[in-house]
Amino acid sequence: MTITDLRGLAASGESPGRASGVDVRPKQKRTWRSYSVYLGLALIFIYCLAPFYWMIVSSLRRTADIFDNTLLPQPFSLENYAKVFDGSTMFGQALLNSLIVASVTTVAALVLGIFAAYAISRLNFRFKSVILGVIIATSMFPGISVVVPLLRLFTDLGWINTYQAMIIPNLSFAIPLAVWNLTTFMKQLPFDLEEAAMIDGCTKWQAFRKVLLPLAAPGVFTTAILTFIHSWNEFIIALSMINDPAIQTATVAISKFTGATEFQAPFGEQMAAGVIVTVPLVIMVLVFQRRIVEGLTAGAGK
Amino acid sequence: MRQRRHTWQTLFTTTALVMAAAVGLTACGGSTSEPKAAESSATAFEGKGPINYVSSRDASGAANKSIEEWNAAHPDQKVTFIELPDSADQQRQQLIQNAQIKSDTFSVLNLDVVWNSEFAANKWVLPLPADAIPTDKMIPATVDAATYRDNLIGAPYYTDGALFYFRQDLLTAAGIAAPPKTWDEMKSACEKILALPEAAGMSCYTGQFDKNEALTVNFSEAVASAGGTVVDAEGKPTVDTPEAKEGLSLLVDGFKEGLFPSDAITYLEEQGRRAFQDGKVVFLRNWPFLYSSLSATDGSSKVAGKFGITSIPGTDGPGVSTLGGRNLAVSPFTPNKETALEFIKFFTSEEQARKRLELSSRAPAFADLYRDPAVVAKRPFFPTLLESLENAQPRPKVVQYGATTKAIQEEAYAALTGAKETDAALKDMQAKLEEISAK
Amino acid sequence: MTTASIDHQSSGPPRTPGQGRKASRNSAGSSAGRTPGEGRMAALLLSPTLLVLALVIAYPLISAIHQSLYRAQSGLDADGYVTEGEAFVGLANYADLFAGESGHRFMNAFGNTTFFTVTTVLLETLLGLALALAMNRAFKGRSFLRASILVPWAVPTAVSGLLWRWIFQSDGIANTLIGSEILWTAEGTASKLAVIIAEVWKTAPFIGLLVLAGMQIIPEEVYEAAKIDGAGWWRQLGSITLPLVKPTLLVAVLFRMLDALRMFDLPFVLIGPGKESVETLSMLAWDESNQLRYGSASAFAVILFLYVAAVAIVFVKVLGADVTGAKQLGAKRRARKANRIQKAEATQ
Repeated sequence: MTITDLRGLAASGESPGRASGVDVRPKQKRTWRSYSVYLGLALIFIYCLAPFYWMIVSSLRRTADIFDNTLLPQPFSLENYAKVFDGSTMFGQALLNSLIVASVTTVAALVLGIFAAYAISRLNFRFKSVILGVIIATSMFPGISVVVPLLRLFTDLGWINTYQAMIIPNLSFAIPLAVWNLTTFMKQLPFDLEEAAMIDGCTKWQAFRKVLLPLAAPGVFTTAILTFIHSWNEFIIALSMINDPAIQTATVAISKFTGATEFQAPFGEQMAAGVIVTVPLVIMVLVFQRRIVEGLTAGAGK
Repeated sequence: MRQRRHTWQTLFTTTALVMAAAVGLTACGGSTSEPKAAESSATAFEGKGPINYVSSRDASGAANKSIEEWNAAHPDQKVTFIELPDSADQQRQQLIQNAQIKSDTFSVLNLDVVWNSEFAANKWVLPLPADAIPTDKMIPATVDAATYRDNLIGAPYYTDGALFYFRQDLLTAAGIAAPPKTWDEMKSACEKILALPEAAGMSCYTGQFDKNEALTVNFSEAVASAGGTVVDAEGKPTVDTPEAKEGLSLLVDGFKEGLFPSDAITYLEEQGRRAFQDGKVVFLRNWPFLYSSLSATDGSSKVAGKFGITSIPGTDGPGVSTLGGRNLAVSPFTPNKETALEFIKFFTSEEQARKRLELSSRAPAFADLYRDPAVVAKRPFFPTLLESLENAQPRPKVVQYGATTKAIQEEAYAALTGAKETDAALKDMQAKLEEISAK
Repeated sequence: MTTASIDHQSSGPPRTPGQGRKASRNSAGSSAGRTPGEGRMAALLLSPTLLVLALVIAYPLISAIHQSLYRAQSGLDADGYVTEGEAFVGLANYADLFAGESGHRFMNAFGNTTFFTVTTVLLETLLGLALALAMNRAFKGRSFLRASILVPWAVPTAVSGLLWRWIFQSDGIANTLIGSEILWTAEGTASKLAVIIAEVWKTAPFIGLLVLAGMQIIPEEVYEAAKIDGAGWWRQLGSITLPLVKPTLLVAVLFRMLDALRMFDLPFVLIGPGKESVETLSMLAWDESNQLRYGSASAFAVILFLYVAAVAIVFVKVLGADVTGAKQLGAKRRARKANRIQKAEATQ
């Protein structure tokens, strides 16, 4: 079923529906439902955030009482955060590197993904399912088995300690998701809109950019978040391809934290670093979802 | 129509070309057997220039200080510290990956003692020249652990041995004069101590029993302490013996009889430390690292000033510790081997080891340092540790260490959890180890 | 009651809402057949993607297949060095996977992988749908809820593995809260449960976000029309929301399945390597290569690849995920669909 069908349906249902449409729903039932809905929301909220809360609490404990089970850190300490940004770790640089790698990966995956998705959803050509199959097949090979061959390849290419050695392998996850997801989105959008735009004198490209793309914005935005976070969190490739601390990413930097001795896990620092890499992402999403999604969708004349 | 086919042809040709190139590369990379490698091991340590030292971070900063000192004296042979992850598995994986592609990035490797045979046999590190390292001044067990078939593979950097921590205050309260030297003494001491009101809810003893390298250590110690061995001098497995059974039974019975805390099956070094530090166990087998946190007087330790340290117990007398620690070795793929060797000599020298002791609590390889009054004043447990180290046994020195330790962990864990009878577990362990060593 | 108007609508030209333009039916030519320019255009648009993927995946895949047919010499020579070189062994590495002790391990890992995939993806789908429905409602603080739901997905896997390991310690917060003494990280059923709880927590947001995006492009008019027709919340969910988000949901579930089948980090960090209760195929491949048996490690990787591919194909076929859009481009499904909906309305 396409959106057009439903828009048609909606449009058609309007007048007779309004005539005969009587909302017979009793008011009480609604209140009961809204309570249960809010209860459900609260439960979901707790499940998502309680472990994260524990992460924050753990990161605010001193090393000596890292194993406490009190719900608030006692005493409160920023010791772990100080250690994360301690000079030798270059954690600030690592965050910047993660940002570079994840941003480039996301932009590249979106551009390639939008091209490919447009071709698949809008154009007629042969081997379509074969190509889609090949694209997703790259998500089927176990990641840990890719490392050694790629290390060999990138060493031959002289790519060790370069950003592209992380970005290109990241694309192999990001592109399939982008292509598949955007294809489903574009497929669901009506042809008529573009056609109408073209009748109005737009070129195919303009029709795509001004009509189709804004409508697919929620899909594009979601794909962007998911791929950004995925590359932001990638670890094993970044670890194997990079040995220069000036280029390493945040996840690799975290793996190099050490406890006071060999057998002590640097748990507090790891949790602090986890909070540090997570919070900017969440804030970024908060800012972007207003600006981008709602902006673009509104512009599409919904 | 034709045009379209043409375009698709181009696309497929390009893809095919990429694939073909990929196959070509595979063929190149696949040919690992190059006769040159054999010769290179015999070549002298030549070539001066900058090198990379590869290791996990030294949180104390002592290693960095040694490197800074070297760099100040050798401006044209600078050593760069490449940090590896904290996890030993990940360190080994990175080292092997780089050896496989014969990368010249890693010059001096920091190897766990248990990787020694594997790295030597695969020619991922070079045997060191006979007189390069003052091995006669080092604790013999540390030198033994760094040797493969009469060749010294790595220079001992630091070492580690088991210590037996006990609650002096509770021993005194129960009227026991000396800490137990055998398992039987420990059991009877526990009977008395656990009857005390202040010991309510405590368990007797714990080691490390999670399915992990630490279990191999605890198992090997139990077997050696009962007079057995895991593998003999020729590398043949010997775990299906009465001694090994006696050793493993100590641990199995410990769980059955409730001597150990019931969750000890999930314990690694840290959990063991906490159990002792929070006053949940009377006796603990662990490494020296926890001395400083047990002694902390900021309120985090409930046992500060109340505990003592001695050698681990055996069946008929003091037990036998398993040896831990690290060695430094030279990669055959680095162009600057002379610098690498000189750096290792400098870094592992007694002078540097002494300097590092100011910052780091890692146990040095040099026996003299354990007797030095200035050192002992700071680390009163060093004489006990030296005793433990002089008596220590390396873990099985086998090339296939990964498979060996896995087999030991699996079977020992099955016995501890009661999934298998002790006899059956040891029989299966013996069979697995024989299969591995036959390969 | 709305039969007449729907029939009329489905046969007539659909209106483009909000813009009031009339699209000519004839110009829906994309369904009519292939035009010469389209193939070339498609090739142009797709080639960069295929090139990147070929570079990153083709080489490792071919290398793995090649490697899986060889076995390294394992003996030691007189000086104690590992005999160099490897021998071609055909499919022996594959045959060995199914034989004896390693066959047992393989079947165990295969079972675990399948079990984890089925349970986690099922729970994630349910939870993800619930998340999306919650986020799609208009209420105060909605954008905050949306962002907070992202948190589990945004925490790096290695860090979340450690976090859950701490939570599930024998004296950790999980046992403290529920007043139990469960050994979550020891071998046994509890460790499976621990992996499932942590995995679902981490990845339900993935499905939730994708489905939410699918919901956002459903026009509001559709719901209004349904409301006017007296459809309740459940009926709206069943006959509008679910059918409409189905394509997005299927893609989300498909990608989650592919990921879950290759699960590695979480059980590895949370429970530990070598624990039979949670050992997955990826962990087995890792373990083989960790023990330098690259031939059989590659064989595991190839088998896992084939298994994942088979699951993906079956999933796409059985659930009829129309991924290529071919049906849509070709067939006139609109009328049929409209009829179906109208029938559903009529039976009410």
